[in-house]
Amino acid sequence: MTEATKVASDGTAPLARVRDLSVVFPARRGKPPVTAVDRVSFDIEPGQTLGLVGQSGSGKTTTGRAVLQLQKAHSGSVRLLGEELIGMSSSRLRRMRRHMQFVLQNPYSSLHPRMTIAQTLAEPLRVHRSVPSSRIRERVEELLELVSMDPAVMHRYPHEFSGGQRQRIVIARALAVNPDFVVCDEPVSALDVRTQAQIVALLQSLQEKLGLSYLFIAHDLAIVREVAHNVAVMFGGRIVERGSVAQVYDDPQHPYTRMLLDAVPIPDPTIQRERLRAAPPDLDFAGPEEDGPCRFGEDHRRTGTAPFHVDGDGHGVSCRSWPLG
Amino acid sequence: MSTADPILRVRDLTARIVTRKETVEAVRGISFDIGAGEAVGFVGESGCGKSVTARALMRLAPEGTAIALGGAVDFHGQDLLHLGEKAMRDIRGRRIAMVFQDPMTSLNPVMTIGSQIDDIVCRHMGLSRREARQRTVELLHLVGIPDAAHRADDYPHQFSGGMRQRVLIAVAISCDPELLIADEPTTALDVTVQAQILRLLLRLREERGMSLMLITHDFGVAAGMVGKVNVMYGGEIVESGPVEQVFNAPRHEYTRALLDAVPRLDTTRQRR
Repeated sequence: MTEATKVASDGTAPLARVRDLSVVFPARRGKPPVTAVDRVSFDIEPGQTLGLVGQSGSGKTTTGRAVLQLQKAHSGSVRLLGEELIGMSSSRLRRMRRHMQFVLQNPYSSLHPRMTIAQTLAEPLRVHRSVPSSRIRERVEELLELVSMDPAVMHRYPHEFSGGQRQRIVIARALAVNPDFVVCDEPVSALDVRTQAQIVALLQSLQEKLGLSYLFIAHDLAIVREVAHNVAVMFGGRIVERGSVAQVYDDPQHPYTRMLLDAVPIPDPTIQRERLRAAPPDLDFAGPEEDGPCRFGEDHRRTGTAPFHVDGDGHGVSCRSWPLG
Repeated sequence: MSTADPILRVRDLTARIVTRKETVEAVRGISFDIGAGEAVGFVGESGCGKSVTARALMRLAPEGTAIALGGAVDFHGQDLLHLGEKAMRDIRGRRIAMVFQDPMTSLNPVMTIGSQIDDIVCRHMGLSRREARQRTVELLHLVGIPDAAHRADDYPHQFSGGMRQRVLIAVAISCDPELLIADEPTTALDVTVQAQILRLLLRLREERGMSLMLITHDFGVAAGMVGKVNVMYGGEIVESGPVEQVFNAPRHEYTRALLDAVPRLDTTRQRR
């Protein structure tokens, strides 16, 4: 059985379906090509959030960009609302873009400093002709109210706002064209903890109100546990574990996931002191590519399947990147 | 609050940051002690004055500004706020050292790691070049840089973020300081690398009896590292005490609000 058939066995149509997605950066100056994303597969159901976690350089941002067709995929499939995006003509892709939007980490650099909030929010409305010109102002007011901001601020410039307010504006801009799917790449990591909590609450209430699906990319495992329904852990371009939040956080199967969870500092002095005093974990997860049967008894080279094993409850684990021994 | 044997005694410290446009009162009359071998944390959100406090002790102004200080900073009986600039230079780096958040901007990109540390060791400890290099390699080895003798000839860009932070810690401890001020030393790093750096700081503190002033926005980082913690808000210390007391039974409303906002892995999920 290939992974494609394993992921969605319950028969519902996911909003986004990603299969064996790979991104390869070409060779440069005597260096070999880099497989930044290696046969990544996941589904995102309507109105649900998939958290994508991993350390810097694990390929999570590149995955998000490849899903949105902002980064050329080497191979694989990305279906949004049943339509295959890879290889789609650019004019059709432009029309698909109103269904999928992006919220980036840095609310300071992602807003144009010389554009008022009204101009910023009106731009996607004009580009996608989502409302007639006469209704643009009304829609801008609506959008600001949606993210709990006073519409009276629309004539101000980004520098007049705090980081949290700017992130609200960035979210409002993403929602301008009524998308179904939003990729949030580290949307709160530049913010203070109380502002983080407010933006997370905003994203959750918008999801409920508008039925949005999120791909929530973050290095902060604790935040992802709060916002996500399902979670995928990336290491070295691969998803090493994937499942519901309860499966992955309460019953991690891959040693890398376990190590990552153990490394998150906990604001309890007794527990945290004990953790720092415990023997440091083995950080070498770059085990050699196995020939022949993997640790779960499957010879992937022979069968051509991705080195990933999903149990009956949809909890998946990679047979690769296990420490030696 | 008094500590048995404070090496640093800060009383009523104020710091005004003066820029061309305005003057901001960043620290408003705070008092605290740091004992010999003690680790004290300063937590709070951005703009609360925790970093300015650290810099004020060393009489360093944020870039492009001037700093006006008031109050008293007593370090082994010397008032740092009224010390001559030359005497202050002897304390800075040698007896009180600092590690900052951004390991890239704190290193000279066109000098090898080794020659940068050699310079500091030469200057502060009066060693010859050859002795200095020996000391540099020892230090790099101490902070866990593999193959230190060879890596010393590499440039900063050839090191990962975590390795660069180790280099900065090596620089900071090169003169055996009595007090290490670490300002968000692990904020730019991945959690696994963060854990390594925290373990390193813990070990160095224990082996050398060094005092530690740890500035962080991360309650989890502070929890494992310090005995006493000060919570800052609006340039003031709003709550201080043993870390168990402050984190497990906060008394100030602001501390409680901050702790409530921290997503945690050790409790049941707050939402859904």
